[in-house]
Amino acid sequence: MSRIRLVAIVFLALTFSAVLFADFVAPAPYAKQFREVPNAAPSLKHLLGTDDLGRDSFSRLLYGSRVSLLLAPAAALLSTLIAAFVGGSAGYLGGWFERVALAATDLSLSLPWLFLLLTVRALLPLNVAPVTSVVVTFALLGVLGWSSSGRVICSGARAIRESDFVLQAKALGCAPHRLILRQVLPNLQPVLSAQFWTSIPIFIIAEANLGILGLGVAEPLPSWGNLLRGLENWPEVKASPWKLAPIVALIAVVSCFQLIFQKRENLAS
Amino acid sequence: MWIRALPKHFLRLALTIMLGGLLGATLVRLAPGFGVDERELDTRLNTQSIELLRQSHASQRNILGYYRGYLAGLFRGDLGVSTSLDRPVAELFAERLPVTLHSVGIGVAAGWLLGFLLALPAALFRWKAYEIFTAGLSGLFLSLPAAILGLGLVYAGGPASLAIALVVFPRVLQYARNILVQSAALPHVLAAHARGLHRTRVLLWHVLPNAAPLLFALAGISVSMAFGAAIPIEAICDYPGIGQLTWQAALSRDLPVLVNVTLLITVITLAANSLSDLASSAFVRQRI
Amino acid sequence: MSRRMQIVLASFCFCWLFVSTAAAQSGGELRFSIQSEPKTFDPMLADDDSSETIRYLTGGFLIRLNRQTQTLEPELATSWKVSNGGQTISFELRRNVVFSDGTPFSADDVAYTMRTLMDPNLHSPTADPFRSVEGQVKIDVKSPTAIVLQFPGPVANLEELFDSVAIVSAKSPHRDVAGLGPFVVAEHKAGSSIVLRRNPNYWKRDAAGKPLPYLDAVHLDIQQNRDLEMLRFRRGEIQLINTIAPDAFDRLAADMRSAAHDAGPSFDTEQMWFNQVASAPIPDYKKAWFRSQNFRRAVSQAINRADMCRIAFAGHAQPAAGMISPANHFWFNAKLRPEETDVPGALKRLADDGFHLDKDVLRDRDGHAVEFSIITNAGNKVRERLAVMMQDDLARIGIRLNVVTLDFPSLIDRISHSFNYEACLLGLVNVDLDPSTQMNVWLSSASNHQWNPEEKTPATPWEVEIDRLMHAQASTTDNKQRKEYFDRVQEIVADQAPFIYLVNKNALSAVSPTVRNAAPVVLRPQTYWNIDSLYLAAPDPSGRHGE
Repeated sequence: MSRIRLVAIVFLALTFSAVLFADFVAPAPYAKQFREVPNAAPSLKHLLGTDDLGRDSFSRLLYGSRVSLLLAPAAALLSTLIAAFVGGSAGYLGGWFERVALAATDLSLSLPWLFLLLTVRALLPLNVAPVTSVVVTFALLGVLGWSSSGRVICSGARAIRESDFVLQAKALGCAPHRLILRQVLPNLQPVLSAQFWTSIPIFIIAEANLGILGLGVAEPLPSWGNLLRGLENWPEVKASPWKLAPIVALIAVVSCFQLIFQKRENLAS
Repeated sequence: MWIRALPKHFLRLALTIMLGGLLGATLVRLAPGFGVDERELDTRLNTQSIELLRQSHASQRNILGYYRGYLAGLFRGDLGVSTSLDRPVAELFAERLPVTLHSVGIGVAAGWLLGFLLALPAALFRWKAYEIFTAGLSGLFLSLPAAILGLGLVYAGGPASLAIALVVFPRVLQYARNILVQSAALPHVLAAHARGLHRTRVLLWHVLPNAAPLLFALAGISVSMAFGAAIPIEAICDYPGIGQLTWQAALSRDLPVLVNVTLLITVITLAANSLSDLASSAFVRQRI
Repeated sequence: MSRRMQIVLASFCFCWLFVSTAAAQSGGELRFSIQSEPKTFDPMLADDDSSETIRYLTGGFLIRLNRQTQTLEPELATSWKVSNGGQTISFELRRNVVFSDGTPFSADDVAYTMRTLMDPNLHSPTADPFRSVEGQVKIDVKSPTAIVLQFPGPVANLEELFDSVAIVSAKSPHRDVAGLGPFVVAEHKAGSSIVLRRNPNYWKRDAAGKPLPYLDAVHLDIQQNRDLEMLRFRRGEIQLINTIAPDAFDRLAADMRSAAHDAGPSFDTEQMWFNQVASAPIPDYKKAWFRSQNFRRAVSQAINRADMCRIAFAGHAQPAAGMISPANHFWFNAKLRPEETDVPGALKRLADDGFHLDKDVLRDRDGHAVEFSIITNAGNKVRERLAVMMQDDLARIGIRLNVVTLDFPSLIDRISHSFNYEACLLGLVNVDLDPSTQMNVWLSSASNHQWNPEEKTPATPWEVEIDRLMHAQASTTDNKQRKEYFDRVQEIVADQAPFIYLVNKNALSAVSPTVRNAAPVVLRPQTYWNIDSLYLAAPDPSGRHGE
């Protein structure tokens, strides 16, 4: 095990335990407004300062990570599975199924899904529990986010379909589902893992953007996404660089994950 | 042989495009807030005027009827009139499309160049430090919302269009790196290495050809990625392109503009993906 | 000669100074941003901010409301008289005025403008306030410089309405571009900018007889992003910003003290209201809460307005007493005070209505936990902060508040069409001094009577009373009498709290030190209301103004 991988694992372990035990680690409840000290600079009492309503930024980061660290990978997994299923079977089976699946993929890349999200918000009750809203949001992201990699996977599967070893396997009477599971999917693994890893930060950010539409995490619950939204105010960030903490945390976590799993892939190959 | 399939192929594309427009229009029509007007909150307007505002979208309520009328207009070269800006959509597109095509073009090209060039050494050399570097770099740019990237560039005095490149490149980097790494680990590539062939030769003759179909597909979808990124970037950075128009039209439920934008994006997506499919199959055929 | 010597010399001969600066002040291109593409260049249809900006800068008006003194001043009309109980107005017009294309101005143009404007098929937002009853306006051109307009019914505040009627030419071949204002539209780059050039035929002159405006051109950049607008202001690329968010204002004030202007409380209000629509798709027990005066007042008392001003507005706001801001000198009811934060008082009011606290959760008579959602428009950071602060405040009296942000069309859909909401937080921009423009808010039959729009008959006795008072104030021209009626309306609204007023935000603006004669005010357009006398100082070689 390389040193870098070890560092990454230790970092992630620390992060996860801090996040899971946020109730004990966090210096203050995430919603408590210290109204005497809005926008405070970091201090011993508030390690990362406070936000514009005087809420402890460190606590909010910890609790915000909870939602995002759990649900974003789940949604990414969902989208990867859909991409694998649609793209993989389209490319492998070919024919009219491939044509229909590719047309669906192209449409899914082009349609204004924003309006579907608005409609979903309208169908949810206004007093929806925050958890329901978040789960629905991430589920939607997972269901809608597969199409770009679906295309890449499809062409990968098509190449495999035409490759010698699959032709041989077919000639030997190997069942199609076995072929897909044993041969096609493993060969598509690099594309699937790229889809998975790029989706996580993208979904975390998308959740924040959906917050604008009344979906996603509702106040006062924090999420990485709505903490990132605070960064749109550049002059303020410039004046108080500690506000970059959420993005630094996100980058660190995403990169650490990648390092660990890239290593695994390399070993496997 | 594939020349004969061409008309069938085009028919299929045309049907997909028309279906895209209809689905887009339906999504807009069903969304809450369709047919409402911000002016309804204007306290100067009396009840009759507000009633009139509410009636003004009546012709768009029946979506099938509206879409039929729209398609009929389309064949005469009439794209309809924007309800929020009260100007012909063709005119709006003529003003704004060049801006967006320019920035998306730069975005895709630069994003690809950057992503691909950064991915090559990762696949070829597998230096540990470089792995960390690319993981960090793509992590950084994936974690930055597109709008923040755009704003940051504007603050730094750079063109906002470059932000599209910065959105596209980490995704290209991730996919391309993984695809190339796998391709480089294939048995015959390893055999080529073992035979003592030069790295560049192995790359050009063995690694890239293997990865080509996937890379072509990736190129196709990166156009969609770039268009997707152009909307928030243009909206936040006040870039007078199609992305900004789309955003404003979405906020005012401007059906004629949104239907045209959906059709446009469908056409571009299909064109990009069909081209990449063609290129990929031509490439494969040549190798055989 | 030293700079100081020059100044001493200059101040000795004031007249010379005036003339010489006047000579030096001509020229220059003023730049500022508008938030969106103007929806129309037709002054009669102007409804959005950007179109109104264009109308303000290019239109000629019979009467102008002086934004600083809040009084009416003669412009194209040299004098006017309202008679017949507010039904008739006669104008004496200015002589020797020509449109920007050289066409002479006469009473026929006013007649043409009014006839076009009052066409019921035009549905102009400018025209609706003139229409108190059905019927035609009678237009009588007495002479080229005299005209009498007779409306079918009495029009409240008739003369002030002419502040938004830009006169268009009846005869000019270039009717759509010929104007009587200080500037004319010269160039429009869709989505990015509009250039207005000086109208060489503008009638107004300064005290020294020099033709106005001083500026050669006004360059309007279409810029929606307020952070970028501020960035460009700091870089000196634009010279004015009409409204600034409170935190951006403080940062600007820290760096460029002389550029940041806080003109005090503005006319705008931030308010919340409960849905009292009988047919609304919400549970009956919630409707009962929202219809209870005690419940509404208790919520109002639980809100800490002082904290809102201090935190959400960084001190640039005042707790609001009611629908009229104290900045509206004449119409504000000085007897009203903002509701004080009083948690025990709020709980007492709730107890009177059968609510009780059960382990920090407020429950109504039937045991329902008190929980409701408040919707507000997405993207307004200050308003989102207000909502989250209310969430915290209401938790103190055991109420659980859910904050939901929606995009604007979804929000309007809920508050004006489906009525599928419980409470709403919005701001109201007040452009007019006179309460008669708020008829469509306060009359129970009106569509903007947000808490319960378009009632067939008033739902409550106090709404009956407000209807009576609003009609009474509209049917007299005696302002003292009208003020008495309207004071009473303000008191009823404060007592019943159908709208719970939160704060009046201050008018915060930025003016580059290179802009001379600027005097930012609270009324819109805050910074360029006196556009014809603004000018840009010649760039100072010492760079002192650049800061």
